Amino acid sequence: MSEQAGVAERLTSLVAALRAHGVRIGTGETVDAAQAMEALGLADRERLREGLAATLLHGTAQRPVFDPVFDLYFPRGVGGPGTQNADRDELRDRLAAALAADDEALLVRLAAEAVDGFGGYGSSPASDGWSSYQALDRLRPQTLLARVRDDVRARGGGPGFADRLLEDEIRRRIEAFRRMVGGEARRRVAERRGRDEIARRAVAPTADRVDFLFAGRDRLAELRRTVQPLARKLATRLAARRRRAARGTIDLRRTLRGSLSTGGVPMRPVLRRRRPARPELVLLCDVSGSVSGFSDFTMLLVQALHDQFSKVRVFAFVNRIDEVTPLLVHGAADPEGLGARIRAQAVLTGWHGSSDYGVALGEFTERHGDAVGPRTTVFVLGDARTNMSDPNLPAVRHLTERARRVYWLNPEAHAQWGTGDSAALDYAELVEMFECRNARQLSALVGRLLPV
Amino acid sequence: MFTSVDDVSARLAETGYLASPAVATTVFLADRLGKPLLVEGPAGVGKTELAKAVAEVALARLVRLQCYEGVDESRALYEWNHAKQLLRISAGRDETWDEARTDIFGEEFLLARPLLTAIRGDDPKVLLIDETDKADVEVEGLLLEVLSDFQVTVPELGTITATRRPFVVLTSNASRELSEALRRRCLFLHIGFPEEELERRIVRLRVPGLDETLAESVVRVVGALRAMDLRKVPSVAETIDWARTLLALGADTLDETVVRDTLGVLLKHQDDVLKAGAKLDLGSL
Repeated sequence: MSEQAGVAERLTSLVAALRAHGVRIGTGETVDAAQAMEALGLADRERLREGLAATLLHGTAQRPVFDPVFDLYFPRGVGGPGTQNADRDELRDRLAAALAADDEALLVRLAAEAVDGFGGYGSSPASDGWSSYQALDRLRPQTLLARVRDDVRARGGGPGFADRLLEDEIRRRIEAFRRMVGGEARRRVAERRGRDEIARRAVAPTADRVDFLFAGRDRLAELRRTVQPLARKLATRLAARRRRAARGTIDLRRTLRGSLSTGGVPMRPVLRRRRPARPELVLLCDVSGSVSGFSDFTMLLVQALHDQFSKVRVFAFVNRIDEVTPLLVHGAADPEGLGARIRAQAVLTGWHGSSDYGVALGEFTERHGDAVGPRTTVFVLGDARTNMSDPNLPAVRHLTERARRVYWLNPEAHAQWGTGDSAALDYAELVEMFECRNARQLSALVGRLLPV
Repeated sequence: MFTSVDDVSARLAETGYLASPAVATTVFLADRLGKPLLVEGPAGVGKTELAKAVAEVALARLVRLQCYEGVDESRALYEWNHAKQLLRISAGRDETWDEARTDIFGEEFLLARPLLTAIRGDDPKVLLIDETDKADVEVEGLLLEVLSDFQVTVPELGTITATRRPFVVLTSNASRELSEALRRRCLFLHIGFPEEELERRIVRLRVPGLDETLAESVVRVVGALRAMDLRKVPSVAETIDWARTLLALGADTLDETVVRDTLGVLLKHQDDVLKAGAKLDLGSL
């Protein structure tokens, strides 16, 4: 009886932790999850994990949050492995053997031992805390590569074609081991400090909530993967809006033709389709170093938008501005090097490398002013940090007078606008400026602001 | 339908579908909780195959609704057979209007489409709603009634409720975000690329003549390609195709020439082929 209550409590706090990370879970799903737990039993942990994931989650993007949280609330074990084995070289030997054999269960055990033996810090007997960083720093699994490779080769016999894949495979195994150590350290810390707090702090956010400006390289790769579905989502939403907007006069010819199947009775009036207006889109993107995460990401989005809008022109700037539309032709090039290619092929900087909005915007109105007309929607993407130079407000005012709409998406938090060298507040008086810090905000904004 | 998770894996394996633990667990739960199963994942990992395998295991009829842009109520649910109704009206000249009216909206003139077919009748059925993301948003609204209450409302006949619930599988490539409401009604399963060991078994099962060590090399090369940043990474279907190709060519080990000549089976874009060639050190292509 008490154990049952404990399991229910654990499930609800798991749900609460997931909700705190932005996973939307209703009561219905929690009930489903409880039923799943009952049907599956608690004996097999991996099945339980899959069962709860199936009932509680609604998309793939939530999985990276779910897994570590699940590990905290349904840990593999309690306490340490109990082997007082603190010999570093001996553990490295066993790790090398396990990596060579690709034995996942053994690697999990070794991760636990590594945290137990080398991850503890503090003064109390069972230590105050556990650090995966410290454990990995002492163990240095990445230095085992050559040894594991030779070991596998010695066993595998003659070198075949697949041999040249070996190093990358071992690297991936080592990476997996590092993640195991991280998970194990989190679990041990959670035991000590209470899992609710750790679940709140130590689990990384989902890719669409990662701040553009602080995204590391690996997170950017993840963000990039969220772009493709985002672009398609926008496309369907725009198509639906266009369809709804298609109201017009009755098309007599098609109505009569349709009435043939009902014996000449016009049951279903067919409406004449209105010719869709061609919206024009102009994007001005800051691609300077300070917003590189943001600009790489928006460039990808821009490339995706290329498919949906026939008239998109893209300009990139740091302190000079240049048109980069031809570089974005879809399918012609890999998106990976896009940012670098733009920086290499377009003239974006004058005498210095830091961004200057005033000069760039002025140059835009001077040289490319004909790109903007009464049907154009202009997006400016950048943090509006001008390095203390003149923000050139007249150029922006000129832009707002010529274009249909001008929007500014700023990757900085609203609270930081106007601080330091940011001219955001000055610009915000002239154009509508929105905070756009992560993929979630970006998709909401672009969906709302794009012209039909 | 199933007694345990192990039962699911064992019986699916009999039909030639090797399920990962995640797949087996979720199928078991979908059956046990009586909820539809939404399967997402890249193309060619066996989403549709899963529905077929479940139908075979359950000795059930597979009813398939293939979604596409523009699929509508009359394609998904039911349609009235107008031509037959007109015939009926012109055939019975001397009956009263009331008689004719009640008559032409009867079962006889109803053309059941997949969704209605799946909930009518007492025989076991598996309803496969394939590529749900390709359908327009309006169709999702239609699915909601069917998937939550297993009923369909035909205005002239009233509400038709399932006496026996079908096992429902929805597949999606996530080319469009499905609505939250639809997701809520389903169990969610993501089928990714299988683990190396499972994929080896799948290849061996699907391409029986293949040498064991060659199968292992095949899976390893495919795994390496998946770790690269390609526009379209090979999926299980391509692995099997490649294994078949190698078998047909009579290759018993992998070497540079064989891989270089057959890379097109795995990769579908020229720039991917070039990139993989450079990474795998295949010399000039």
